[in-house]
Amino acid sequence: MTKFVKSNEAVVMGALYAGCDLYFGYPITPASEIAHGAAKWFPMLGRTFVQAECETASVNMMFGAAGAGRLCMTATSGPGFSLMQEGISYLAGAELPAVVVNVNRAGPGLGNVYPEQSDYTPAVKGGGHGSYQTFTLAPASAQEMFDLTMKAFEMSVKWRTPAVVFADGLQGQMMETVALPEKEMPRPDFSDWAAQGEPRTRGNLVKSIYLDAAQQERFNNHLQEKYARMAADAMGEPYLADDAELLVVAFGISGRIARTTVEELRREGVKAGAFRPITLNPFPREQLAAVAKGRRIMTIELDAGQFADDVRLNLAKAGLGTEAASVKMVHRMGGEVVSVDGAVKFAKEMV
Amino acid sequence: MATIEQKGMYKVFPRSGKNVSFTHYCPGCGHGIINKLIAEACAELGLQDRTIFVDPVGCGVFTYYYWDAAHISAAHGRASAAATGVCRARPDAVTIAYQGDGDLGAIGFNNAFQAASRGEKFGCIFVNNSLYGMTGGQMAPTTLDGETTTTTPFGRDPALTGHPLHVCEVFAQLQAPVYIARVSVADTRRIMQAKKAIRKVFEIQRDGKGYALLEILAPCPTNFKMDPLKAADFCMNEMEREFPLGVFRDEEAREPLAARPVPRASSCRDLFVEKDAVLPAVDDAAFAEKRFKFAGYGGQGILSLGLCVAEAARLERRHTLWFPSYGPEQRGGSANCSVVVSGTPIGSPTVEHPDVLVCMNQPAYERFAGDVKRGGTVIVDETVPVKTDPPDGVRLIRWPAIKMAEEFGVPKAANTMMLAALKKFKCTGLSDDNLEKSLVASFKKKPALGEKNRELLRLAEAREHS
Ligand SMILES: Cc1ncc(C[n+]2csc(CCOP(=O)(O)OP(=O)(O)O)c2C)c(N)n1
Ligand code: SF4
Repeated sequence: MTKFVKSNEAVVMGALYAGCDLYFGYPITPASEIAHGAAKWFPMLGRTFVQAECETASVNMMFGAAGAGRLCMTATSGPGFSLMQEGISYLAGAELPAVVVNVNRAGPGLGNVYPEQSDYTPAVKGGGHGSYQTFTLAPASAQEMFDLTMKAFEMSVKWRTPAVVFADGLQGQMMETVALPEKEMPRPDFSDWAAQGEPRTRGNLVKSIYLDAAQQERFNNHLQEKYARMAADAMGEPYLADDAELLVVAFGISGRIARTTVEELRREGVKAGAFRPITLNPFPREQLAAVAKGRRIMTIELDAGQFADDVRLNLAKAGLGTEAASVKMVHRMGGEVVSVDGAVKFAKEMV
Repeated sequence: MATIEQKGMYKVFPRSGKNVSFTHYCPGCGHGIINKLIAEACAELGLQDRTIFVDPVGCGVFTYYYWDAAHISAAHGRASAAATGVCRARPDAVTIAYQGDGDLGAIGFNNAFQAASRGEKFGCIFVNNSLYGMTGGQMAPTTLDGETTTTTPFGRDPALTGHPLHVCEVFAQLQAPVYIARVSVADTRRIMQAKKAIRKVFEIQRDGKGYALLEILAPCPTNFKMDPLKAADFCMNEMEREFPLGVFRDEEAREPLAARPVPRASSCRDLFVEKDAVLPAVDDAAFAEKRFKFAGYGGQGILSLGLCVAEAARLERRHTLWFPSYGPEQRGGSANCSVVVSGTPIGSPTVEHPDVLVCMNQPAYERFAGDVKRGGTVIVDETVPVKTDPPDGVRLIRWPAIKMAEEFGVPKAANTMMLAALKKFKCTGLSDDNLEKSLVASFKKKPALGEKNRELLRLAEAREHS
């Protein structure tokens, strides 16, 4: 079954198929269609939509709803995402599943409503306080906005840490065909830890405080071990990478620009390939290393190089120090998008 | 006499990590008394299984050590926001938020106020001890005029910090709350009254009546720098003078508002799956990818024209992408959209070099005509003065879309006239049949208009063109 939808709406559909019961949100362009869709469809399915008074409220409402054992979500863009960071840290600290969608707009400050990928660091590295990690996914199409939103719930439940769906303003507006699954995901059972207001959960306590330093350290070690295991769920997508001399690495919307760039380069006789991380945390380090060894590498990104730095870090950690040192980037900021022409020209100068 | 367990408290406090049975509160602290009253009310009403406490950050942070019920320990100031999430997630639970006057009165004021305004179904117990206890006795919004705290070492100066915040009085301006009251725990008589009021908060939640706020004046001997008796006196005299005890709202008998009915669907499938949904795209490398750009003024139907071509492509099971003008292009009342139709998965969504450009106004022509691909086509409305030629190898078609629509008496159909040109000059690579089908389908809600547009499309197409 298919449906032609705006990517932002696909997020809401994915959440509903995933069994999300509550949506909390505060309007912000270019993420508002997600709230609009949720305001309409959640109640139609007997689920809950709450317009919060601010993003601080949204994320703390999620803390309550997740603590009470229900799947919940919010969607926002840069400024709202900044406001949520404390709450995301609390969610991670209390090991609660919840999904935050960030449709990145241009920043810093008020910036504008056009696409950037400049929230990379807070979206991928945990923008709040303390040593925590989110499970961060980067969709590149309406289908992935749907699929990866579902996946975000699955991973958030599996790893008991908040998941971030990291999209951008351009993607949010696109309409494409989405194939819908046959079935909805079943509701997970959280009664062993959640405060559900039932006899069996009376003894449960949801908290992120460990007053004792030794206990807090033990808890931190537990989190770090968990995050290390999370690496097994990293996802990435190589494209024409096997015989490539030049590898274009990019995620989300830039990943699609990379794909067209590679096709154009091949038409012009340059052996190019692409690699698109689908999860940004965990980063698909091994998958990238497998296609990056001995290649020239360039990134395409809509930020100031935060992503390129992460690519360098991951290559270096995979033992590909030479490749890491040679990573070049083509990028735009402010809502401007890297053109295929520009990327092709840049690539040709590299080889 | 009832045992401590019958009074809703753990006998020893395992959640503290130490098996002790004394609380962490200082001697004479109001929290200690309030904690007992809350536990008792919860147990006496038989609500421990149903209750979810939302704990604050402040001296009340460890209430979960003591109360034998489920707890969620929220961020500083956010207990009311978290309690909103809890009571929405578990409408059958009894949700109780516990907050201090820094927690609720300062950092979390708006969250508490807005929750009250929405009439969230939880009870909020708000402990006013006129300062920040936990962090070392700083000024709170409730600090009295002249009161000395660690951040008002010379006494609170209203000229610089305003006057004490009267939370109950402010919340009493709202329509939704069913119960708002202020009590004290400074002496036995007051404690008995406080106990009744706390019970009432639980009963309101038990019966799902709505939002309740109970402010409790409480001594903090440690930060008042007084012995417990003097601190209680301060609480009864100085604090009560500023914050009179009383009931500000009691509408427990009021029937809660019933939510208005909304259209319902039984499942995601029921909600989203269309009976006539098209089949997914199939890969067909032989199909040459086509990139379209449609541009004009807002209101000329540019976006729907693009959608119509996109839908026709979907009917042919092509990979299809549509997106509206975005970024710096979207200025001056102009509208544009891009459509990509492909036999293989689509890469870049942006249309830098269209195969087909449709222009309904002059700015659109000037902005985009130079980008059109060699071998491509520009269709421009006849009213647009074409001052520069399109690039070499690009076909230019001047087409009277606006004029024809006016002649047909349907000026709004200028976009349909443009579709006629796309069809007539075979610009889309899509079948005539599907272009017509998708045009009619775009008027799904007004079938008569769909038929009318089909007729106009055919008339326009039949028109001679030089
Ligand atoms: C975001 C944030 N800012 C500041 C703090 C530090 N802090 C903890 S409790 C508190 C004030 C507590 O005062 P109140 O709410 O009046 O409760 P009391 O301790 O008096 O019961 C502050 C400022 C914090 N935990 N989080
Ligand atoms: S500091 Fe004040 S509020 Fe905190 S426990 Fe001691 S007396 Fe109570």
